[in-house]
Amino acid sequence: MNKDKVITAEALTKRFGSFTAVNGISFDVHKGEIFGFLGANGAGKTTAMRMLSGLSMPTSGKATVAGYDVYKENEKIKQNIGYMSQKFSLYEDLTVKENIRFYAGIYGMTNQFIKEKTGFILQHLHMEKEGDKLVRSLPLGWKQKLAFSVAIFHDPQIVFLDEPTGGVDPVTRREFWNMIYQAAENGITVFVTTHYMDEAEYCHRVSIMVDGRIDALDTPKELKRTFNASSMDEVFLKLARKATRVAD
Amino acid sequence: MRSVTVNNIIKRYGTKKSFTTALEGVSFEVDKGELFGIIGPDGAGKTSLFRILTTLLLADGGSATVDGLDVVKNYKDIRERVGYMPGRFSLYQDLTVQENLDFFATVFNTSIEENYDLVKDIYSQIEPFKDRKAGKLSGGMKQKLALSCALIHRPSVLFLDEPTTGVDAVSRKEFWEMLKKLKEQGITILVSTPYMDEAGLCDRVALIQSGKIMTINTPEGIVNAFGKKLLAVKSDNMLQLLNKIKACPGVADAYPFGEYHHAVMENGGTKELSAYLERSGKAFELKEVTPDIEDCFMALMKN
Repeated sequence: MNKDKVITAEALTKRFGSFTAVNGISFDVHKGEIFGFLGANGAGKTTAMRMLSGLSMPTSGKATVAGYDVYKENEKIKQNIGYMSQKFSLYEDLTVKENIRFYAGIYGMTNQFIKEKTGFILQHLHMEKEGDKLVRSLPLGWKQKLAFSVAIFHDPQIVFLDEPTGGVDPVTRREFWNMIYQAAENGITVFVTTHYMDEAEYCHRVSIMVDGRIDALDTPKELKRTFNASSMDEVFLKLARKATRVAD
Repeated sequence: MRSVTVNNIIKRYGTKKSFTTALEGVSFEVDKGELFGIIGPDGAGKTSLFRILTTLLLADGGSATVDGLDVVKNYKDIRERVGYMPGRFSLYQDLTVQENLDFFATVFNTSIEENYDLVKDIYSQIEPFKDRKAGKLSGGMKQKLALSCALIHRPSVLFLDEPTTGVDAVSRKEFWEMLKKLKEQGITILVSTPYMDEAGLCDRVALIQSGKIMTINTPEGIVNAFGKKLLAVKSDNMLQLLNKIKACPGVADAYPFGEYHHAVMENGGTKELSAYLERSGKAFELKEVTPDIEDCFMALMKN
């Protein structure tokens, strides 16, 4: 295996009964890459992400994540990835520090390490005064930034972000992307889904799923050239309108 | 005639000692037949406002009318006249598509047949699945059913709370096309959304942040009020470029904006920024652009 490839998928397929949710997708993601994973509702993104994060067994095909096989080593995969979504990220009725402790504890970090890194994170987020506040009381933008820091607390090789910026104000959304860039510069591979097409432009490469297949995969620049489009929004519409499958 | 009037509405949650303010003196008016957008991020107060106007929540201060009726004194009358589609899917999951629509029609003493013309365009798309349980519908179909149920009693004012959140770009466009058709029927529509790009589809919009309305205007009016020169710049190394733009004298603000970075100019323009960036000897592309609602939203947020 090429060490530079953090994710490899080859004809990866998932069927539920007679329904093929993910239909033979093949792609590689490189170390430190920001990989945008786009698709309309029901195109199969969530199913694909569940397979890659070791939560769902593929029906057929091959895939490795962080060098581990999705069939045999899914527990290893879980230890080496981080995950955050818009819908669920932190426990609202725990404090900021308790949330960090809880997640870091799950990943087996030592008390000493947790203590040091917690201080560092809170300082970095300018949240030193909020450490003992309930997460519920924080503005959404702060929560999302904190959730991202928690998702990469254990220094995973890859972090999966499922619509991390949904509903976040435009200023905070850009601060969030700044954190994504920093993480990528530090060698963490970022696998991200979004409904904001301007964010697709911030990715190194973008794949677009339609009806369970990956119909396009390239840099935003090349995609726009290939599809003769002026923006990623246009590329997305051109591809997604071809879909015949009814959304989830 | 004014369809909705909102006068200094205040809403707080919590106790007298410890509370969060959801709405801090919000005022606006919506004309009959207008498509009015309330645009702002999560936590801005959009849902609280809609719940007050649909008489589901009491404000702590201020007053409001819907269809000329007071939201507190005449709440029962208002309920008969408004349609409300909450942000969360709130139909009966274990009733079929048709049973749901029937139920809502009956509650309002009407029938599907009587108002079929109003929902026809939307409902006909899900009618082939009328015997399917609502809980088994796709996201897009649920949305269409919810809209049909909110319309079946022929409301004069329709409140749609974040109907497109979490919906992909294609379905979002389809949904807005449905709204345009409804507007032609003369229904006043108030719609909230966190997506700035949807502002352009409204007659007028209110930009809301942290319980306060920052501005109310037509989409064009908001853009015209931006008042500063806006430049779009790109190069091969975007991260480096952003830092350079920020360091240039005369640049008030700079941030990523899709393929380009946007530079808000306090003084100077294309010539000045161009000259500054040329000094580093790296290639770049620069052009003057019209701000969009997101640029305006950020400028207002930072004021």
